[in-house]
Amino acid sequence: MSMRNEKVRLPYFLDYYRQKGVQHFLIVDNGSTDGGAEYLAQEPDVSLWTTNASYKDSRFGMDWLNWLLFRYGRGHWCLTVDPDEFLVYPHHDTRPLRALTDWLDASAIKSFSAMLLDMYPKGGLDEQSYREGQDPFQIAAWFDPANYTIRKNAEYTNLWIQGGPRSRVFFRDEPEKSPALNKIPLVRWERGYAYASSTHMLLPRSLNVVYDEDGGEKASGCLLHAKFLSTFVGKSAEELERRQHYADSQEYMAYHSGLNQAQDFWCPESRRYEGWRQLEDLGLISKGNWA
Amino acid sequence: MNQRPFEIAASPQQQAGGPRLGIIMLCHTALPLATRMAEIWARGGAALVVHIDAKVHADEVATMRSDLAAHGDIVFSRRQACEWGRFSLVRATLDAAELMLDRFEDVTHVMVVSGTCLPLRPVADLLAFLAQHPNRDFIESVTAEDVGWTMGGLNEERFTLRFPIGFRRNKKLFDRLVDLQRRWNLSRRIPDGLVPHLGSQWWCLTRPTLNSILTDHRRDEFDRYFNHVWIPDESYFQTLVRRHSTRIESRSLTLAKFDEQGKPYVFYNDHRQLLEESRCFVARKIWPEASALLSHFPRPLQGEPSPAEPQPERVERIFSQAVARRRLGRPGLYMQSRFPLRDKENGKTSGPYVVMQGFSDLFPDFESWLSERIDADVHGHVMAAERVEFLGRGEIGPGGLSDSAALRDLDPRGFISNLIRISGRMQVMQFSPRDAQSLNWFMATDPNARILVITGAWAVPLLHSGMPFDDIRRAAARLQRIELAQIEVLNSVWLKARTGIWDLGDFCARPAGILRNVLRELGGDPEAAANLPQMREIAGMGRFLQRLRNAGLKPQLMGDFPAADAAMTRDRI
Repeated sequence: MSMRNEKVRLPYFLDYYRQKGVQHFLIVDNGSTDGGAEYLAQEPDVSLWTTNASYKDSRFGMDWLNWLLFRYGRGHWCLTVDPDEFLVYPHHDTRPLRALTDWLDASAIKSFSAMLLDMYPKGGLDEQSYREGQDPFQIAAWFDPANYTIRKNAEYTNLWIQGGPRSRVFFRDEPEKSPALNKIPLVRWERGYAYASSTHMLLPRSLNVVYDEDGGEKASGCLLHAKFLSTFVGKSAEELERRQHYADSQEYMAYHSGLNQAQDFWCPESRRYEGWRQLEDLGLISKGNWA
Repeated sequence: MNQRPFEIAASPQQQAGGPRLGIIMLCHTALPLATRMAEIWARGGAALVVHIDAKVHADEVATMRSDLAAHGDIVFSRRQACEWGRFSLVRATLDAAELMLDRFEDVTHVMVVSGTCLPLRPVADLLAFLAQHPNRDFIESVTAEDVGWTMGGLNEERFTLRFPIGFRRNKKLFDRLVDLQRRWNLSRRIPDGLVPHLGSQWWCLTRPTLNSILTDHRRDEFDRYFNHVWIPDESYFQTLVRRHSTRIESRSLTLAKFDEQGKPYVFYNDHRQLLEESRCFVARKIWPEASALLSHFPRPLQGEPSPAEPQPERVERIFSQAVARRRLGRPGLYMQSRFPLRDKENGKTSGPYVVMQGFSDLFPDFESWLSERIDADVHGHVMAAERVEFLGRGEIGPGGLSDSAALRDLDPRGFISNLIRISGRMQVMQFSPRDAQSLNWFMATDPNARILVITGAWAVPLLHSGMPFDDIRRAAARLQRIELAQIEVLNSVWLKARTGIWDLGDFCARPAGILRNVLRELGGDPEAAANLPQMREIAGMGRFLQRLRNAGLKPQLMGDFPAADAAMTRDRI
């Protein structure tokens, strides 16, 4: 994981993944000024790297993470996520991550898909403020159930998924510019693997084929995305200032203009998150044959 | 696969002491778990022969041996390096079986388990069960030509080709060798008197049957033959038992389900209740860290041992569903881990839907008229070029779909299948040659689609448009070209949708009769067609079409309207 000024998120993040059975955290801190780095340095299961180099010039942190994966990831199941991404997978309430990775090993599966699911509160983002250590999904409890577009990227063989609240609110006229939601965050790392663009796609390309093309379903999960909290408005102003994000931070520009008009993501079709079984019924994730 | 057992009365020759169980335990991983399982069997009074794969580290083996040293009736057989799918596994089992019969003379039944097989019921229950069927050999044994369930496309060829290397060691070479033998028609002779049978390797045989397999005077010949059979642990005993036993109960006492890759399903803590209700004796395989299962099973003996029959049906159903989910998936679902190629969708959409073309051109209030008469969501033109016309014309449609045409057109197939899948009710949508045509083939080849078309009806709004005639002519030419292409799709041999196609002239001749049929087809009350919706005036259509002809455009889709334009009468029957 790489991060900057995310201290308020860290306690819940570490707790969440520790409970799922993550054994060690490798984190790159990109010049935090909020005390987050100091906090992490005290955690026994965190290895921390710090840099003040440009996020943008490191291909949005991916060069740093690819190096860590290359150096330390080999032979391990590695989960690469942002501080606001929370992995849910079939049976995650009763089976730790280790059960999943054992099963993936036994099935000779090397990469596991978990698309990004944007979560948002009902009402304006600033109405409920997020406290350190709190479950973000108590506030951002809602998501869009069935408005995702999927296309296949012929070059890298990955699926390109867009849609959700950001598409319908910010990108309805230019949907091509809407952020990608496809992610392959869990990989049994080997020498010669690399993330090509964020965790959206990998090399070698065979790792991107996390979908069945003959009608069957492979197992998959979701990254619940806790981006849209009270902390977001300030963050988007800061990120816009820094211009360190993808495609000249177009996404942040769009958010900022939208959010300044007190945009609410909630709509009558929004669903309140109830758990992985609900996501499975909706067809956002699948158990595949992991019964 | 498992047949219903038939009850057999306990044999009168049953020994006074009842059966004694011998357990052959094959271990290759998770030795601490295997140690625990061995203790459970030993405490239940079984004799054990443990085989540990030669690849397991010596320290682990030493730990297991010392942990089990206190039990007198546990012995270890000679260690072999076992490779999945190869004869080494059978050899390990044969060695262990010989040792078993040699060392434990009182053993009456021998059962094969693995170190990750968990006994669910007390061992005493299994003994009581065996006492009821003292001479039965419980071994799944199905003729190879009839199984139809083995994975990887090899059934009989397992027995007629040679498999000198394992699949997992070098998949490419394995496939090439199979290919070569097929191409050159190389096949081996199956030894006389053997009929290939397949089945689960977790069997439970009576002592006499096992003994006669081991001492068969042709055993060397059989072993040589099976040495190059693929996955012989699923065929060696299953085939040979047919030579030596006439009392075969073709099922396994071990609950073990396999997926498409031939990989056993794994049980976790959340399967506890399911396993308990299955009343099976042994379950395979247990996730080594499923501590709740390991502390819950085997259930302690309460009162008298129960010989009750296992009831694995529910477990089997759940795992069969998982296999189906992996292989077939859910119809009409396109998602991150299911993205079928065209015509491999196994259900392009998840439920029935209706596409109505031309109706709203003739009847301006058609949507509301129809939605009052059938149980369905009646949308406008969801494929319209400018925006998606959802029912109620909101910006957000079912499932959070946007009314943005640009978003819809990124992935039209996903749009329509999302709309249908997320809505509980039947979806009805208006369509026209003015709309995006990207889904025409998709819908025409979808059995869920019902496509009802009044061809040429798009001319009615043009007739009333008041546009300059030059513009009308251009628009008419374009719309006619588009509709002709669409009708060609609907007339193709690949058509799977149900269609109803009328030309405008036909329809106008008897609108009430046709609408009545439409209502009946869509599950409404045909009599509700008695009140026709307000219909646009079509007087002047004949003259209009003639003007188009005069301008060099031949109207091909409207049917017959007299050029002189005698007043059309509308039937109201």
